[in-house]
Amino acid sequence: MLIHTEDITKIYKIGSYVVEALGGVTIDIDKGEYVAITGPSGSGKSTLMHLLGCLDTPTSGKYFLSGTDVTSLTDLELSQLRNKKIGFVFQTFNLLPRITVTKNVELPLLYAGITAKERQKKIESILERVGLGHRKTHRPNELSGGEMQRVAVARALINDPEVVFADEPTGNLDSKTGKEIMSLFNDLAREGNTIILVTHDATVANYAKRQLKMLDGKITEEVLVKTS
Amino acid sequence: MHIRDLVVSSLNILRTNRMRSFLTILGIVIGVMTIIAILALVQGLNASVEEQIQSLGSNTIFVQRFSWSAGRMDFQEIAKRKEIVLDDAWAIARLPSVDKIAPQKDYEIASLNYQGKTAKQVDVTGSTPDLQYTTNYTIESGRFINQDDNNHKQMVAVIGGYVVDNLFPTEDPVGKYLTIHGRRTLVIGVLGRKGSFFGQSQDAIIIMPLTSFEKIFPKPTGMQAVFRGLSIQVLPKSGKYLDKTVDQIRELMRRRHGLSYDKPDDFGINTQESLRQIYKNITNVAFIVMIGVAAISLLVGGIGIMNIMLVSVSERTKEIGLRKAIGASNRNILYQFLFEAIALSIIGGIIGTGLGLGIAKLVSKVSPLHAAAPIWTIILGIGFSAAVGIFFGIYPANRAAQLNPIDALRYE
Repeated sequence: MLIHTEDITKIYKIGSYVVEALGGVTIDIDKGEYVAITGPSGSGKSTLMHLLGCLDTPTSGKYFLSGTDVTSLTDLELSQLRNKKIGFVFQTFNLLPRITVTKNVELPLLYAGITAKERQKKIESILERVGLGHRKTHRPNELSGGEMQRVAVARALINDPEVVFADEPTGNLDSKTGKEIMSLFNDLAREGNTIILVTHDATVANYAKRQLKMLDGKITEEVLVKTS
Repeated sequence: MHIRDLVVSSLNILRTNRMRSFLTILGIVIGVMTIIAILALVQGLNASVEEQIQSLGSNTIFVQRFSWSAGRMDFQEIAKRKEIVLDDAWAIARLPSVDKIAPQKDYEIASLNYQGKTAKQVDVTGSTPDLQYTTNYTIESGRFINQDDNNHKQMVAVIGGYVVDNLFPTEDPVGKYLTIHGRRTLVIGVLGRKGSFFGQSQDAIIIMPLTSFEKIFPKPTGMQAVFRGLSIQVLPKSGKYLDKTVDQIRELMRRRHGLSYDKPDDFGINTQESLRQIYKNITNVAFIVMIGVAAISLLVGGIGIMNIMLVSVSERTKEIGLRKAIGASNRNILYQFLFEAIALSIIGGIIGTGLGLGIAKLVSKVSPLHAAAPIWTIILGIGFSAAVGIFFGIYPANRAAQLNPIDALRYE
């Protein structure tokens, strides 16, 4: 099992208010699965993604990522986990604006301490894979939205992660470009990558094979989409 | 993340923000520039003062009516002191550790004329032949005064380079006659040049036998007597005996002046060391004040860096969130921002060091001050600025490192 949670909760205290963002979620996700977490805003899907993506630790419950108990890890261990096992794709792309496409994609490799020669090789092949072989030396502001998201996908994949989280990956794109990006995710899923989509958009969620619907911090429904 | 990658990425970020980076380091540049310029000039000053002090004759002891290093001089008290007399000189000459002595009197003449040419403010010294050794004089041409000249009160003089330049620009002065204080005096020799001492030329000098000097110049009275009185230059047998010789002279002089053990000296025994002491007393205060000023400007520069780094952290909150999401640890972020601050201040330090040395060079070109920049001043300048970078960069960097990645990613 790649992802296994046992009744994880997340409770925020804001002053005297106590907000239960996540109220006990137990899920299992296997290697190679293509999962969508859906729900209206405030349903806790982003919170769940942050916990699964090791950006945050749960208030209670247990979370195992490929067998490792994540809840007890230090900052350094969590950061290494995010670096090597997890890739993120964000709605707003989150590329660093002042450096080139190559440099943006290189960042996770730098934190992984990979040699320059090997970095070069990996960057070339991944950019080729997402169809940006001709954009290496451009800066993000010289790219279209679709291209920027492709750079972000390349960055997420560069360290061969075990799971890729995509948080509303088409939210800032027009429908045509959105489709292109989703078909890229389809390809990646077909190649065996584990992908977890977080979206409120039903059409986007429909690309996934398995849908987890959330409401008020809990998973309320699970839908398996039949593969054609 | 490897150090090299960290360096490259920091420098890239600073380069993309050129104008801001430049303005940020201005404070450091000015601070380091001030420190380096001051240090270079003080070093130069120290070196030239030392050289000048050495030029007095390295082990020569000066027995006079007053001490050079006395902080405040009570002229009334000094005027009441016993004069130094020639018998003191002969008594000192008999001390076992003394090699040579030269009693000496001085008189400054406002102007000296020769065939329509004038030399202003020339110091006339009356002394004995051994002055050549006690003051390290060399002879360029002719000869120095000798015992015969002294015994017979000969009207002869050895003149310094300044007098030659002004009165005998084209001819050989040896064998010519000068009129000194109304008396025809034969020039018998020219001294080798010694340069200037604290801005005063040591070549504006005429040396004649002490006996002849006393014949033509009246005995000074009142306050004049304090400064124009006899002084005795003493050369010990070896530099090793300097302290011992000073002690022997002190004992001798106290005995001759009949001082009881509880009375302070009523004479001064001055050495190069006393000159160094005076110089140190003067410059230490000035040095501390200037370093204080420079430290304040470095402080201001450091606060400038901290300010800009804080702005940078809040501007780049989203970048910090992203970096953490893709695998940067708190420590990676800390190093990144700390390194940017250090890089900024080191670049400032390098520019400041360069400018400071330039200023010191410039000052030494247009003024009599010399500049000297030993390698440690450069290391100090750059080291100082690196320290400022670390000190003022650690707080913003730590703030960046402690950001929560989720909040940082949401930050707009």
